[in-house]
Order: sequence, then structure tokens, then C-alpha cells
Amino acid sequence: MTDLSTLKVPGPTEIPLTRPFWEAAAEGRLVIPHCTACDQPFFYPREICPHCWADAWEWRQASGQGWLKSFSMVWKPGHPGWAPAAPYAVGLVALPEGPVMLSHILAPAPEVGMALVLAPTDIGGRVLPAFRPA
Amino acid sequence: MRPQAALIGVGSLPPQRRTEGASTLGMLARAAKAALDDAGLEKSCIDGLLVGPQVGETPQHVPATVAEYLGLQPVMGNVVDLGGASGPGMIWRAAAAIQAGMCETVLCVIGNHRNPEAPRSPNRNPIREFDVPFGASGANISYALLKQAHMARYGSTDEDFALIAHWARANAQRMPEAIFHGQPASVAEVLASPLVASPLHLFEIVMPVAGAEAVIVTSAARAKGRRAAYLLGAGEKITHRAVSQAPDLTSGPLKPSMARAFAQSGLSVERMSLLSLYDCYTIMVATTLEDSGLCPPGQFGAFMRAHDFGPEGDWPLNTHGGQLGYGQPDLAGGMTHVTEAVRQLRGSAEGRQIKDAEFALVTGNGATMSEAVALVLGAEP
Repeated sequence: MTDLSTLKVPGPTEIPLTRPFWEAAAEGRLVIPHCTACDQPFFYPREICPHCWADAWEWRQASGQGWLKSFSMVWKPGHPGWAPAAPYAVGLVALPEGPVMLSHILAPAPEVGMALVLAPTDIGGRVLPAFRPA
Repeated sequence: MRPQAALIGVGSLPPQRRTEGASTLGMLARAAKAALDDAGLEKSCIDGLLVGPQVGETPQHVPATVAEYLGLQPVMGNVVDLGGASGPGMIWRAAAAIQAGMCETVLCVIGNHRNPEAPRSPNRNPIREFDVPFGASGANISYALLKQAHMARYGSTDEDFALIAHWARANAQRMPEAIFHGQPASVAEVLASPLVASPLHLFEIVMPVAGAEAVIVTSAARAKGRRAAYLLGAGEKITHRAVSQAPDLTSGPLKPSMARAFAQSGLSVERMSLLSLYDCYTIMVATTLEDSGLCPPGQFGAFMRAHDFGPEGDWPLNTHGGQLGYGQPDLAGGMTHVTEAVRQLRGSAEGRQIKDAEFALVTGNGATMSEAVALVLGAEP
């Protein structure tokens, strides 16, 4: 299996608003925004809550659990930097907190519905919140 | 309010796999000229202009740039930016602008070249920040995720989906301009084509081509005495951008869009003579058939086996080959479903004409099954 840390691939284009997410990811943690006005989580981070438009939200640590809603084994990557890793899996991870996030799935044969757990992984020189089978 | 407008001229440039030194503006001009000639109009009649976004060549001031290039001075101009739904989205906006008294006759034109140095959009938005770093660049992966979700939920098979690509290639054999004219594909051949992003095979994915499409829209009153197709109903909805934010993976915003278009027209899907359905990938047709009510959710495979989708069949579907057979001329791909419907309804679809074509359902779809426009067109006002 290709060492993902050596890939020359586009990393996160973080801005001050989103930096805490990527800093937590670098420490192996998953944090997601939680609106303190309507008491609902959301992902990705936004200036205001997409449910109620309140600007009162806070970062909360997610459980790091999830289940695979859908996936694809990528044979022809859209970005050439990913070619050495192909085929690799990406998938939609449904977090028990509610939101869905797209992530890299460290599994040779994923199945829809499988239980996943956070697997912090160095991709292209940065630790990102990937997932693997639980 | 029921939209009322007439589509009196269409122009299409043949799809090309590659271009050298072409300009988007030049291609738009060629398609516009073809549509004007088809309408039998003078260019001075055009007082409205709707165009698509142009990544790279003209990032801003697009209507002014296109108007200047064409020697037009429109009293209404705008960009319609709905991905593959942009073309159909232009038709409803043209009708609304005419009904509102903004202008009288609108040129809707969209297209792109395929020069070797394709401009890339320097995105700095959520999809770039939260999807791309995990290895998910481009539309193929998004639609692979949608197909996988459909298969997991309903037990639909690769063979079911391959039938859609097979029929697109079959209909392309009646369309000499189609990029896959001369290259039909059996279900077995679709399934034998390489996996690009599982479960999507190469033949289930459109071929990007250069091309341009133009449509001239005017009021029904002004269209009297001309060969026209008529806008009878329309619907539109935008639900998200990134596939991770989709409210539903197995039904899309075309469902309410089609329902609204049918309600406005007073027609049901069963009355359609032509299904001109946006087909960037096989999964898009599958979901649209189910969302239209032609078959229950999860049952498109049985529907595909039960019908004949050629011009003489019981359910003519994408008689120009669809984008899976014709090629996808960038954002103009969605407009090919409009121009084909107009040709069928005016009785000018040479070599593939549907007998007594009365009504057509046209769908457009953009981004990740997230931008939707549906139109009902008719041969009579």
C-alpha cells in the first residue's frame, strides 16, 4: 500500500474560521460545530448555523465513530497527485452526531453500512481525519 | 403563473473531441448564427441575452463580452450558472423576462472549446477544503457515490445501469454528429469497460467534447406562423453543492422540479412523446426515471427491460444519443436536451424523427445531483 504521506496532493485550504478543525485533526481529534441557539450540530464549519442562522456556535468533540453511507474505489483520480495511491477508497461517513462528511476510507473492500472509526492519517504531509473499519 | 414562450430557433455545433486555438466566444457566435438562421430572424430582433459562466476565458462581464462580440445591445442580459441545468434554466428565465416585459426575443447560448490547455477554476470554497484533500476531486466520484448508494439501498445491478448506456449508444447511431456514431455498445461491452470510480464504468460516463448550443426564445404571439416548440411548464430547485451535503442520495431536486413543470402544463409524464433526460452518468437517468413517477423507487432496471427507447419505441429517450452517446460539450451538454426536444416537436429530427411528437420532458442537472431544472415543451402553444 502506498505511503499516503509521500503524495503530492492538494491539502486543506483553511481559513481562520476553519483552522480549529484542522488543528484538532492534526492532533488526531475530530471536532464539529454545534449551534448553541438551536442545539444542532453541523458540518462543515460556517460563519453562521445553516439550520437557524444564529452565529452562536462552538466546537465540540465528536465521538470519532461513524458508518459508511456510500463509497467509491477510485481507479482514475481526478487529481494526478493521487495516481500512485489508486485504487483507493473515499466515502460518505455518517457521524452519530448527525452530519455527514466525506473522508478517505482506509479499507481494501468497503461495504455500505459498515461501522467506521476515526483513523488520523498523514496524507501529503498533513494529518487528516480519515476513517477505517471499526 | 404558467410560463408562455416559443422556442423558434436552435443551433448546434457538432461535438468535437479536441479543438486547437478555438475561443469560447467564437464557438458561441457560430451556434448563435445557426440558431438565428434556423429561426429566419434578423439579428436586430434579439434584445435579450442569456449566457453561461466561462471559467478562464471571461470570468466576469460575460453578457457584455458576448454581446459586444456579436454586435448586440440587449436590454436584458445575465449569466445562468446552474451547471448542466444552465441550458434549460435559460429557457424559463427567457420566458419570464419576456412575460415581465423586460425584452421580446432572447438568445440563449452556451458552449466551450477543448483546447489543450484547459483553464482550471482556482476554487477556494468548502468543496475544495473539505472534499478534495481526502482524494475526492471531480464529478466522477460524486456520481459513483450516488450509484453505490442506489445499489446498496435497492439492490439495483450493474446490468440495470449498463442498459442506460447501451440505449444511449444505440440512439447515437441515428445521429451522425454524435461522438459515438459508429460505436454502439452492448451491455456486456459497457460492463467490460474499465472502472473509473467504482461502481462507475467508463461507458457510463460522458465523453467531454467541445461544442456550443443556442436557442432563440420569443413570445407565443410573436412566434405565430413560425415553426416553434412551446414552453408549457417549468420547475427548478437547488439543494446543495457537495455530495456530502445531499439531503438524499437516491432522489434529487428534479423530483419537485418535474412535479411543478407537469402541474403548470396540466400534463402527466405519461403524455410525453420524448424523454429528453440529462444523462451525465447512467445513475442520473436511473434516478430521474424514478423521480418522474414512470417507475417506483428502485425499479428503473425493470423499466429499462420493459420498454424500447428508440425513436420508434414506446418510450423514446434521448433520441440524439443523450450526452452518453452524443458527447458532453461542457455546460452546453444540458442544452442538447432542449435543442433535440425542439427538433423533435417541430418535426425536423431527420433520420430519428418520432412520429406525431406532441410533448417532451426536458431535464437539466448540475453539480452533484443538486441543481435541477425541468421543462415541459409542446408542439402547440
